[in-house]
Amino acid sequence: MMPSDQLATYLLLGLFLLIFGIYGMIRHRTFVGMLISGEFILNGAALNFMAFNRFVAPDPAVGQIFTLIVMGIGAAEAAMIVSLILMVFHKYRVIDPDKVRDLKG
Amino acid sequence: MSFYRYLAEGLFFGFIVCIFAGAFISLRARQLMNSVLGLAISLLGVAGLFYHLGSPFLALMELLINIGVVCVVIAFGIMVGPKPDQAAEKRPPPKRNRMLAAGACLAASALLLWTVLNTPWNPAIARIGDFTIRHLGESLLHQFCLPFELISILLLVAIIGALIIARIGRYGARE
Repeated sequence: MMPSDQLATYLLLGLFLLIFGIYGMIRHRTFVGMLISGEFILNGAALNFMAFNRFVAPDPAVGQIFTLIVMGIGAAEAAMIVSLILMVFHKYRVIDPDKVRDLKG
Repeated sequence: MSFYRYLAEGLFFGFIVCIFAGAFISLRARQLMNSVLGLAISLLGVAGLFYHLGSPFLALMELLINIGVVCVVIAFGIMVGPKPDQAAEKRPPPKRNRMLAAGACLAASALLLWTVLNTPWNPAIARIGDFTIRHLGESLLHQFCLPFELISILLLVAIIGALIIARIGRYGARE
């Protein structure tokens, strides 16, 4: 059986994308870098949905629709976060997350 | 096994290499624009895997939405937004951050790896429908009509909200 016919291959790739996204989210020093890492996490989830849809689910439309919803949420999230970054930049003149700390308790 | 089967497997491994290469480019890049490029390469690999999973429609949507919209929006954000503060990205992260990131990733990956390898994933006994776009469209407009409408409203609200927030950021809130 080839690797492209096995569920575990896709799950491990989704796991890699998730782990990479978490690592990048903590490591990056700018808001935009964190946004990029968030996209990796979302795509890991989408890949998992598609893999389960192909190998386990009874109705193949369900996973595809879930993946479409994940993509829609990703697009909305990216648009919102970019506009928030622009607003933070105009207000604070920085995009360093360490310096935007008005609400820090 | 036929020649085309080998070709498909070769493409499959090519897409996996795309995902890994894009992820490492994105992590190691010194400039944010290169980081976005890495994201785009990685998403190209994900789109190829969607094709292998039997859904060419989703592969095209991935190219159209995630590479064509999300990456371009992030690139716009980088270009319109602050230039000088890219120095923040060049500064190495503090040691505490790096340790925290490595610890969180190792713990999560160990747990999930154990789950993936030790769970018996049983395939469904019977399949309803097939992988055609016709079946997808019918389910989207019959069974999953509410999520479909909700995602449209979410996108509309997000676009209007993004416009308003960006405008307030530029001109200040009007009293």
